[in-house]
Amino acid sequence: MPQPLNYLKETASQTAGPYVHIGLIPAMAGFDIFEKNFSNVLVTPNTQGERITLEGKVIDGSGTPLRDVLLEIWQANAAGRYNHPADRSTGPLDEEFRGWGRAGSDFESGLVTFETIKPGAIIDKTGRKGAPHINVWIVARGINIGLNTRLYFSDEEAANAADPVLSLIEQPMRRSTLIAKRSERAGKIVYAFTINLQGPEETVFFDV
Amino acid sequence: MHAQAPALRDPRLNRPEPFTPPLGDGGFFQRDRSMHPPAHAPGYKSSVLRSPRQALLSLETSVSEITGPVFGHNDLGPLDNDLIRNYAKDGDPVGERIIVHGRVLDETGRGVPDTLVEFWQANAGGRYRHKKDTYLAPIDPNFGGCGRALTDDTGYYYFRTVKPGPYPWRNYVNSWRPAHIHFSVFGSGFAQRLITQMYFEGDPLIPVCPILTTIPDKDALERLVAPLDLNASTPFDSLAYRFDIVLRGRRSTYFENRTAGN
Ligand SMILES: [Fe+2]
Repeated sequence: MPQPLNYLKETASQTAGPYVHIGLIPAMAGFDIFEKNFSNVLVTPNTQGERITLEGKVIDGSGTPLRDVLLEIWQANAAGRYNHPADRSTGPLDEEFRGWGRAGSDFESGLVTFETIKPGAIIDKTGRKGAPHINVWIVARGINIGLNTRLYFSDEEAANAADPVLSLIEQPMRRSTLIAKRSERAGKIVYAFTINLQGPEETVFFDV
Repeated sequence: MHAQAPALRDPRLNRPEPFTPPLGDGGFFQRDRSMHPPAHAPGYKSSVLRSPRQALLSLETSVSEITGPVFGHNDLGPLDNDLIRNYAKDGDPVGERIIVHGRVLDETGRGVPDTLVEFWQANAGGRYRHKKDTYLAPIDPNFGGCGRALTDDTGYYYFRTVKPGPYPWRNYVNSWRPAHIHFSVFGSGFAQRLITQMYFEGDPLIPVCPILTTIPDKDALERLVAPLDLNASTPFDSLAYRFDIVLRGRRSTYFENRTAGN
């Protein structure tokens, strides 16, 4: 027998369940407990960048919006830099932007919203430029392990066409499942998205 | 400073630099999905319409995944890891007082420092403080049921609570959840993000739970069961349970090799 390698095994995932709000967004469960709470607003008045609203739903295999889903987003700042030491690109950090937020869907409509900024293009460790995007992580009752996907921007056609991740998706029609659509509403920039868990327009999910 | 002798060089090699071990890129080890429940697990009925059916697209972890949100003590309040006190109105909550403690590690066995751990649970009667929970067991006026902690520089965390009760749920007509605490953990990169549940040693509902048994690997399932840790208990006050959480391992980075060795 060779020497054992002795790596540990990753802890198994379990569903977040229907009451995920208690731990992660207690106000949505109906009570107030922590002094400081996390939210779906990623910006302060001093954050650099174009203000945008992300707005969308997660749809199950019957076409029904999930009304107990929780999304988290993680994104670079307006200069394309993540607020984390492992991002060694040279764009400026923005102290007014952590780049992370979480939101529960509305209990009636299933609508999920985030108030954030549009990230800049990402420079990867190889120096390759990636299209601006927002990383999304989805948990809910019935989802046994968190789902990873990305949102790209409909007004970034040239960058999207050159993006190394979008280019990995074999079927062009499936690429479109990751594109949030830009519109303007009452002076605000809104990007609309739909995440389909199943069906002919099933969203591309990643094993990252 | 004194002058250093030039490095000895093998004359057969026309190589100006000595060999150095290949440096990792900080990417994560490929996830071993056999350690996790499949997305589609028909015994847990809610998964049927909520499970993707296409193959996941495998990505090498890029800067978008090796980075993740950074949290600090400023994000927390002083009672956040004390569920006995953080919602107490006119006394302590009802139930068995327990301490839950352990380490957040990665697959290489290194502690994950300064990472946010969040937890939530039902009260001692199995009832959640949630507007959608209608189980007949009563709300405890002194128990909120959630808390959070930041691991220390060795990855250690702890909190105090009361042991949650089992509760019925709609799956089969007589399905009951074993007593459990939900955990959410971040790690250092977004690809380590994990939600799981901790169970209690000796609970007879464990082998018949439709959610727990979505995990196909018996050892992976048992690693979610926290043993009683009598040595960590507080005499005449609280029992203790030990729960270690393992996140995905990372290839070492140039940065880490340079500063800390490997
Ligand atoms: Fe639960």
